[in-house]
Amino acid sequence: MPGSIKDRVAIVGMGCTKFGERWDVSAEDMIVEAVYEAYEDAGIDPKDIDAAWVGTLWGLTGMTISKPLKLNYIPITRLENGCATGSDAIRNASYAVASGVCDIALAVGYEKLKDQGYSGLDLPFTASAGGMADDAAGVAPTTTAPAMFAVMATKYFERYGLSPEEGKRMLARVSYKSHQNGLLSPKAHFQSKVTMDQIMNAPIISWPLGLFDCCGVSDGAAAAIIVRADKAKEFRKDPMYIKALQISTGGENRLRDDYDHTHVEEIYQSGLAAYKEAGITNPRKEISMAEVHDCFSITEAVFMEDLQFSPRGKVREDIENGFFDLDGGLPVQPDGGLKCFGHPIGASGIRMLYEMYTQFQGRAGKRQINDPVIGLTGNMGGEPPGCCVSTIIVGAKLG
Amino acid sequence: MVGITSYGAYIPLYRLPLMEIAKAWNVPPRGKGERSVANYDEDSLSMSVGASVHALSGMDRSLIDGFYFATTTSPYAEKMVSTIGAAALDFGPETRTLDFTNSLRSGTGAMIAAIDALKAGSLNNVLIAAGDTRAAQTQGDMEQTFGDGAAAVVIGNTDVAAEIVDTISMSDEIMDVWRPSSETYVRAWEERFGFTVSYSKLVPKAASMLLEKNCLAPQDLAKVVITAPTIRRHKGMGKALGLTPEQYEDSILPNVGNTGTALPLMMLVQALETSKAGDNIMLLSYSNGCDAMLLKVTENIEKLKNRIGIKHQLESKRELPSYQKFLTFKGLVPVAPVARPDRTPIAAVTLWRHRKDYLALYGSKCTECGAQQYPPQRVCVKCHAKDKREMVGLSQKKLSVFTYTQDNLATTVDPPVIVGVVEFEGGGRAAFDITDRDPQEVKVGMEVEFTFRRLFFNRGIHNYYWKIRPLR
Repeated sequence: MPGSIKDRVAIVGMGCTKFGERWDVSAEDMIVEAVYEAYEDAGIDPKDIDAAWVGTLWGLTGMTISKPLKLNYIPITRLENGCATGSDAIRNASYAVASGVCDIALAVGYEKLKDQGYSGLDLPFTASAGGMADDAAGVAPTTTAPAMFAVMATKYFERYGLSPEEGKRMLARVSYKSHQNGLLSPKAHFQSKVTMDQIMNAPIISWPLGLFDCCGVSDGAAAAIIVRADKAKEFRKDPMYIKALQISTGGENRLRDDYDHTHVEEIYQSGLAAYKEAGITNPRKEISMAEVHDCFSITEAVFMEDLQFSPRGKVREDIENGFFDLDGGLPVQPDGGLKCFGHPIGASGIRMLYEMYTQFQGRAGKRQINDPVIGLTGNMGGEPPGCCVSTIIVGAKLG
Repeated sequence: MVGITSYGAYIPLYRLPLMEIAKAWNVPPRGKGERSVANYDEDSLSMSVGASVHALSGMDRSLIDGFYFATTTSPYAEKMVSTIGAAALDFGPETRTLDFTNSLRSGTGAMIAAIDALKAGSLNNVLIAAGDTRAAQTQGDMEQTFGDGAAAVVIGNTDVAAEIVDTISMSDEIMDVWRPSSETYVRAWEERFGFTVSYSKLVPKAASMLLEKNCLAPQDLAKVVITAPTIRRHKGMGKALGLTPEQYEDSILPNVGNTGTALPLMMLVQALETSKAGDNIMLLSYSNGCDAMLLKVTENIEKLKNRIGIKHQLESKRELPSYQKFLTFKGLVPVAPVARPDRTPIAAVTLWRHRKDYLALYGSKCTECGAQQYPPQRVCVKCHAKDKREMVGLSQKKLSVFTYTQDNLATTVDPPVIVGVVEFEGGGRAAFDITDRDPQEVKVGMEVEFTFRRLFFNRGIHNYYWKIRPLR
């Protein structure tokens, strides 16, 4: 592997708005809210920022943040990498700092989805949901985001011999766990108690996925201040160190007939690369906690196998035994995940890191995990297979 | 010898019992049978392509040098539609295409035009496809008597299965059944008027002229294809022509309905399906005049008996669950829009650029590793070889469902949207909408086939593409 980001940069300040239906605020308001929380957290002034990256599905240039924040005349890049946009803003800002050309970088992600007038996601891409390139003719199937992932659940059930009832129960348990955690997460979009029966019997959105198998569609913004690791302690006593930053982007593998449609190769590959970069050999044991891309319950289940937390085809046991619960062997979605914290696309990757950061600093309140050492975030943009997946590994300590 | 060398028909899967319509409006049913109903994604062209696919089964498509499309319900008032069909059926650029429209005699008129072209030696194999989805006002008789369907015949000069011995055409100006170009629904004058002064006079006259000209008597005919607006008129004409019931009784009117331009061709296909070498068949097509045709069946008819025509598709059917479904399929009542983003506006440029892969459904096959892929790729998805490919038509390939979902969120007239990831015979996968399906029957591993459909209408453009359906 050419070079490694491990222990070269650190996050010394973070901010995250309340996620949810923020009818009363604009995207600009949320950007100000998240970034000023991060400034304050890092103890820096806006003029200390050397460069910034902003992730959002919509918008035009870096002015999307320079206008509300008045960040005049510094380089700002707007980037988009689907639902992995926020993680990629972190990656770009980290690389800039690691290169030495800037000392303090800002990464911001945000989305204002609830102004669009409907639930679900509008995709501003030329390629439609069915995923054909160059499809302004619109011939690709008229699917929605849940449908793109539901086909994986159908195949997973079929391949591993799960009856619809067994499969639905496994998936329901994923969402049940996240709702339990969301209850303890004050900034989360959904903080309501739900039962397994409620989840199992909810209306079907895209078979076999029901309402509670789908994540929240939310407004929100999150921000991070990134500095060189050797300077981090000048800002705070408890910075969060970056151990790995990987993004794996797939080709048109959906067209291949040797794809099993029960895993996401991009997740597996980005995990492999990240483990190598961070020096992790036994992820199930070494990782203290994870926030992964549970846009749908099946996505989280498959993430657990692709990240090698659970053996292939066996995640059901871990899910149903509570291994990923807050008090389990490897807590996943301690803040409620996309499911309950919500999913304002550009913000989500940074929100996942915000939870790692909060947990490392022991500020997670009732959902605090005992002495976490290594955290992992998995952020996926696109559909299986044909997506870009980010794996970020972070740690409380150097080395 | 010029004659019919192949045939095919298309009856949409859905049928609505006339009793259901009668119940909906508290009016008497116009018979004990049912009518065919085009799915919301079907129209005159898509059904004509469906019939053509059956007619072309086992034929070398490169031999087709003419394609005529006949309808009164063309998707466009200005723009050739046969070119869309020709592209979908993968005919070459030198194919002569033409639309025959505005008359229920368009189908037989197109046949006569093709016969003349063959006799003149300018064309050798002409495919004629006729399809109609005529709209009738709710609660009226025509709502019950109309049906949707299509038929296709190939007219050629080798291996003829039914020689076209003679044709005559008569014209008659009358306002009996018509539709102004500014209106949606078919209008009709008092039915007895047209019947008395035109239909009942012209059809027997055309029949007797044709028989006399060819020194034949009514009893020399094995079958007579009578086109009539209703089964009552059909039977009446049979008697008036001095025929025995066996000669004319086959009709799709009771169980499919009056399919307009397609009716004479569909019933000709029905007659050919049960005919044998040596049979004389007479076709009588009425509308503002009469086209009459005399055919003589040859031994080659036996080679066509495996064609999917009327017989098979009369049986292959599903009852519409309700009259309301009929209204939404026909677009007669608006369906509440789902709260979803607007569709990206269609671009004529993209349609044109992809006409080969979208309309003829061409994929690519890597000449290095053999991987088949759709849509066509310049860099192979498997071995990554660049521009090492040959193009392969996929629309006739066998397919099976690899995985699927039923999407209740997506916008459709017929929820849920069912999307299948299918595996092509010969390799490769792609996702397509599954149509004409019972949501309960869709399973991983089920065999499916392609069907040409109209996806949606946007910016004044009817967007045609392929969907998949359970085997019919």
